[in-house]
Order: sequence, then structure tokens, then C-alpha cells
Amino acid sequence: MPTELKLAPTNAGSRFLGLGAYRGDVVVTNDDVCQWIDSSDEWIRQRTGIVTRRRASADVSLLDMAETAGREALEAAGIEGAQLGAVIVSTVTFPYATPSAAAALADRLGATPAPAFDISAACAGYCYGVAQADALVRSGAADYVLVVGAEKLSDVIDNHERTISFLLGDGAGAVVIGPSETAGIAPSIWGSDGSKWSTIGMTHSMLDLREIALAAEADPEGSALVAETEAKLWPTLRQDGQTVFRWAVWEMAKVAQQAMDAAGVGPEDLAAFIPHQANMRIIDEMVKQLKLPESVAVGRDIADMGNTSAASIPLAMHRLLQENPGLSGGLALEIGFGAGLVFGAQVVVLP
Amino acid sequence: MASNEEILAGLAEIVNEETGLDTDAVQLDKSFTDDLDIDSISMMTIVVNAEEKFDVKIPDEEVKNLKTVGDAVSYIANAQA
Repeated sequence: MPTELKLAPTNAGSRFLGLGAYRGDVVVTNDDVCQWIDSSDEWIRQRTGIVTRRRASADVSLLDMAETAGREALEAAGIEGAQLGAVIVSTVTFPYATPSAAAALADRLGATPAPAFDISAACAGYCYGVAQADALVRSGAADYVLVVGAEKLSDVIDNHERTISFLLGDGAGAVVIGPSETAGIAPSIWGSDGSKWSTIGMTHSMLDLREIALAAEADPEGSALVAETEAKLWPTLRQDGQTVFRWAVWEMAKVAQQAMDAAGVGPEDLAAFIPHQANMRIIDEMVKQLKLPESVAVGRDIADMGNTSAASIPLAMHRLLQENPGLSGGLALEIGFGAGLVFGAQVVVLP
Repeated sequence: MASNEEILAGLAEIVNEETGLDTDAVQLDKSFTDDLDIDSISMMTIVVNAEEKFDVKIPDEEVKNLKTVGDAVSYIANAQA
């Protein structure tokens, strides 16, 4: 009989210990946006609820934003980087396919040699990260996990297109998740629907970009060729807004309900509802579909921040707690959804 | 099975609920975007509510073909048939 393998000690539950945020340093108004697209402040407010979006300066990198948010979360949690058992960065805008943003971030935070990896789940990325961190902590694979949603979306937009670019902002939000005797994070409801893969995403692939670059290199008039194709050279984001809206409201309301069922709570038990900040009209319609009572505080950070993809939920949570510290210790329903399509939701105890 | 008149009346109620427009304004020849000033997000909300009310499916790719109220009434009537 082979030697029996040792069972690792596990933790009963996990919970949020600390929260951190970084908001892009540049305020971009609707009037600014109207220099690039034919629109108006009123039209944008009415369609999206966005008044300003925050974007990061050219010299502020995604890692800088992630580091600022991560440091604040560690401090709030009262732990050192060296105590982290894993670092997870959720992003779709780190400009290197490899190595990961997480490995660099872990080193900046003094967490080396903690396992570190990025996940690509767009606007559901933060909830995906929380799902993984919760599982890592409960399984005993790590005691403390840092989850950061960080996006510099301004690097992958075309300011002159109208489907998505004008919605987007830059920022980072971070949570430290650690062990708990009770459940501070309820079971995650997460999934994907790749049949809608093409409804939000990049205009073209990196291979297309390489083809244009190689053709330009081989051509004596290369620079002219690039100039002609410039609009199409760099991949940028697009979406089919109508299809995404239907999915985001009516399919995601079901997912949000499942997350409450899995947690054993109802709308009346919630202190806060913090959905991904995609569009104020999606948020309003979800509140209606879920029949949330007026007493539930709703994350509406999008009005000032724009849509910051993986960073939007922790940023909205950070703001809600700043404006209303009494929410601390209450239950929040958090749900992310986006390009993939992918979704993730969980009920959590606010730090 | 609802008659075209019933579908129009039901649709007018849905439009009224979403936009606040008077139900009388919702006539067969009216364009959703040009005459009723309904944007793409409101249109999708109207479509989903109409699906529920009339027990039909209106796929995303059909929505852009529903330019007038009459287009929507015909589509729903055919889908119910």
C-alpha cells in the first residue's frame, strides 16, 4: 500500500479584509468626447448616465494603477505583501501577452515568490478573481490572496467610433481576501457563453497587425502603406450594444437571482447592489428586474468613472463604503458581465 | 391569438411605460426612431416586454428590421400565427 498523502489544512470560509482603488488622473467630459464623435452632453447622459470618465495619463501604466490599489488594499487589511499566498490580476489591457502583469505586481508589492497570474474575463474579471481567491483560501492553497482588476482601456479604444469607446475609463480596484470562520463570500455563480464571442471584442487580431507590419516592412513605400491603413492597424474595442444590453439585463438578472439563492438571502437582506458599471440604464433596469427595495444602496460610480471593465466593481464598492461607512459588514450582491461573453456573481460581506 | 388592433394597443402600452409617450402617439406608420425618438436601448426593452406580453420570440437580428410600429405589429402577428 502506497504511503498516504498528507491532507492540507483547509479554511472554513473566506472574506474581504481590505479594499483599494486607483482612479485615472484625467477627467474626460462629455464635451471632450463630442470633439471626436457627433453627439452631445445631453445625449450621452441620457443614453448612458455617464457625466465624466476618468482616464490615466500616458505616463501612468496599468501596473502603476494596480500597485496603488494593491498597496491600499494591503494596508486596509493590515497585512504585508510578503504574507500573500497568491496575486491575481484581472485585465484585458496589459500590453504584454507574456509575462503577466501579476508577476510584476507581486514583485512590486514584496510578495515574491507568491504564485501570480492574470485572468482574461473582461468585465466579469473581478468576480472571476474573487471566485478563485475564495476557492484558494478555503482549500488552504493560500491564506491571503490579492485580487486586482486593472484596466487602461484608453490604450485600446478608437475615440472616433460610437459603439463603446466613449463609455470607457481607466482604473484599478483591489481586494485582499483571507480566511474566515464564517462565510464572508457566498458561492460564486459564474460561467460563459462563447456563442456570443463576437458581440464585444477587438476589431482584429494581433496576427492581422503583424501581417500589415510585415507588408509595410517589405514595401519600399512602407510608411505610406501604414499611413493608409492606420485606422485599422491597432486593434480597438467594439460592441454590438443592443445584443449586449438584452443579455446584460435579462440574462444577468437570472444570474444575480441565482447568486442570492446560493447565498440563502433575498433582496431585503442586501445592504448594497454593486453591478459592473457598464451603463446606468443597465443598472437601473437590473434594479427593476431584481425588485430591490429602496433601502439597498446601488453602486452608480459609472457617472463619474465611466466603464472601467474589471476595475468597475471594486471601484464602485470603494466609493460606496467611503460615502457610507455604515455599509461595512453588510451584505452586497456583486455581479460582473462582459466580453466572452462571461459572467460572475457572488454575495459578499462588505469589508 | 391577439388581433392586430390588440397587438397595437398592447405595444402602445409598453411604449408608454418605457418612454412616457402618450399611447395615442403610437400609430402603425410611426417610425420608432424618427417619430417616437426611441433609442436602441429603449427599443430593446420594448422588444423584451413585447416578447413576454405576446409570448413570441424576437431575435436580436430581427430588431433592426422593426423600423415602424406597423413592422412590429406584423412581426408579432406572424410570430403568433
